[in-house]
Amino acid sequence: MKTQTLTPPRGDSATTGPLLSVENLCVELMTASGIVRAVDGVSFEIGRGETVTIIGESGSGKSTTAMGLLKLLPRDLAVVSGDVSITGVDVLADRRAIRKVRGRTVALIPQDPMTALSPVLTVGSQLCEAILVAGRAGSKAEARDRAEELLRKVHIRDPEAQLRKFPHQLSGGMLQRVLIAAALAGEPDLLIADEPTSALDVTVQAGILDLLLEIQEANGTGILMITHDIGVARLVSDRIHVMKNGRFVESGDAVDVVENPRETYTQHLLDSVPRLGAWDESAAPKEG
Amino acid sequence: MSEPFLAVEGLTLDYSTKAGPFRAVDDVSFSVDKGRTLAIVGESGCGKSSVAKCIMRLVAPTAGRISLDGTDLAGLKEAQLRPLRHRFQMVFQDPYGSLDPHLSAQEIVAEPMKTQGLRSKAERSKEVARLFDAVGLPSTSLERRAHEFSGGQRQRIGIARALASKPDLLVCDEATSALDVSVQAQVLRLLQDIQQETGITYVFISHNLGVVQEISDSIVVMRRGEIVESGATADVLQTPRTDYARTLRRAALDPSAMTGIKPRHIVSALAASA
Ligand SMILES: Nc1ncnc2c1ncn2[C@@H]1O[C@H](COP(=O)(O)OP(=O)(O)OP(=O)(O)O)[C@@H](O)[C@H]1O
Ligand SMILES: Nc1ncnc2c1ncn2[C@@H]1O[C@H](COP(=O)(O)OP(=O)(O)OP(=O)(O)O)[C@@H](O)[C@H]1O
Ligand SMILES: [Mg+2]
Ligand SMILES: [Mg+2]
Repeated sequence: MKTQTLTPPRGDSATTGPLLSVENLCVELMTASGIVRAVDGVSFEIGRGETVTIIGESGSGKSTTAMGLLKLLPRDLAVVSGDVSITGVDVLADRRAIRKVRGRTVALIPQDPMTALSPVLTVGSQLCEAILVAGRAGSKAEARDRAEELLRKVHIRDPEAQLRKFPHQLSGGMLQRVLIAAALAGEPDLLIADEPTSALDVTVQAGILDLLLEIQEANGTGILMITHDIGVARLVSDRIHVMKNGRFVESGDAVDVVENPRETYTQHLLDSVPRLGAWDESAAPKEG
Repeated sequence: MSEPFLAVEGLTLDYSTKAGPFRAVDDVSFSVDKGRTLAIVGESGCGKSSVAKCIMRLVAPTAGRISLDGTDLAGLKEAQLRPLRHRFQMVFQDPYGSLDPHLSAQEIVAEPMKTQGLRSKAERSKEVARLFDAVGLPSTSLERRAHEFSGGQRQRIGIARALASKPDLLVCDEATSALDVSVQAQVLRLLQDIQQETGITYVFISHNLGVVQEISDSIVVMRRGEIVESGATADVLQTPRTDYARTLRRAALDPSAMTGIKPRHIVSALAASA
């Protein structure tokens, strides 16, 4: 809800080339104990209407990849190199270019809710601000209506009441859905979603995934999904990249990666999924 | 029969909001025996974290009793609670806001040992290193601050901190939600080993039924602040009675079982596969 500006009308590059093209992305972090290469030569592309997913173990560099390509890492912490273009705009070369595309062309659902939300403002005022800044409403009243509609879309009950609350008055999963609503507010061409459903139970999660895919179908939105949930990855992705120690160790068609993993590491990830045993659906249901 | 280690009776919590009181927990009762694990499941916003915060006495319940090893916590004042605090610990759902940004990871994990005055500095460092290793964090990262870790790494710092004071009761609020399956398996094994060794009691909040099946002895299912179903884990998972528990079962995303499901219409696909 910070750093969002209007984009110029979509040019030719937006309709022809890939939405996102990343080539040899490297992110080096300056830490007290020296330089850490958190992302080490990563390349991928996302076309219109496509979902590309990065899976991988905790600490492998997934969030740093997302933050790096959006230039959201503090300059004194990170050195980002490589080529990144979003709808044809080279965002690494020109420092101002990224600000032009954030919000309306590309939006992020961050893993950490509080990087995007202020604790001292109500959810409603922040969501309305995001809508107004993205130019998706003409007046405050219109923005309010749109905010309510967005919360309803992410399956939040009694949206009007939630808009008046402060972030700490929402549950973990509600907060996560507010972030999703905020990212969708700008109707971006490209959505980068960092663990967007990690706090949600399967029923709400299914609703959110459906919503994202619906929006994708209607608008041709490209999605970069980051998740540690292989079930989610299998359902939504066209292609999957498996990340380990800052590199992609396996890449391919979603179905291939999940069903015929080549790397032992990917196999290991699949094997560790806790499986539920059989259950009896015929047992008499009780009202609940 | 001996009294259960943790007994919650008629627990009710009203939050005060601009629009008046909001009842987040409504007459909730359950109990857990020593050395056992109770799981709380239920849809987002149903009141799970609120129950956890009541048990930890981070909020004062509006009504009800919370007895821990025979002591009623709900009635105690903060000063009376303080000497007991190290006995019950919590892993918070939000791995970002719950870690002090001014401290190093090492200091965060050592903090609960310090306030107990239990160990010398050298002993503390040794114990911190052991906990780091147990949750799979590299020993080279001890000096870093919380914001210099990934989401899942922060979650593990929270777990290490909660285990540091060797509590009798640990409330885990979505403690493995940011972890990939292999690290998650390692953490679950760790928690089970500690339980075998020490007889620690867990209240385990999770939206992941696979995890719940693995770790818990009994389950309560919540909906809109109330308990709608409860029982032994195997029973609730094998023969879920309420609509909500049945939908949860149906929607559990097992990647190997989804070969037939076409992406794009997940909700309807799940409903159809029922
Ligand atoms: N500010 C920082 N200083 C030093 N190291 C950092 C910093 N931020 C991140 N790291 C390290 O960089 C690596 C990549 O972190 P990143 O957040 O990208 O992981 P991730 O794949 O998103 O993990 P998770 O699934 O746990 O969120 C990690 O090992 C992390 O410890
Ligand atoms: N401090 C607060 N003030 C007012 N309402 C609150 C406060 N904290 C939580 N609530 C409300 O209480 C309800 C229960 O929230 P809680 O955090 O207990 O849910 P939860 O079951 O943990 O959900 P999740 O799975 O999403 O984490 C929600 O409707 C939430 O908006
Ligand atoms: Mg991350
Ligand atoms: Mg919660």
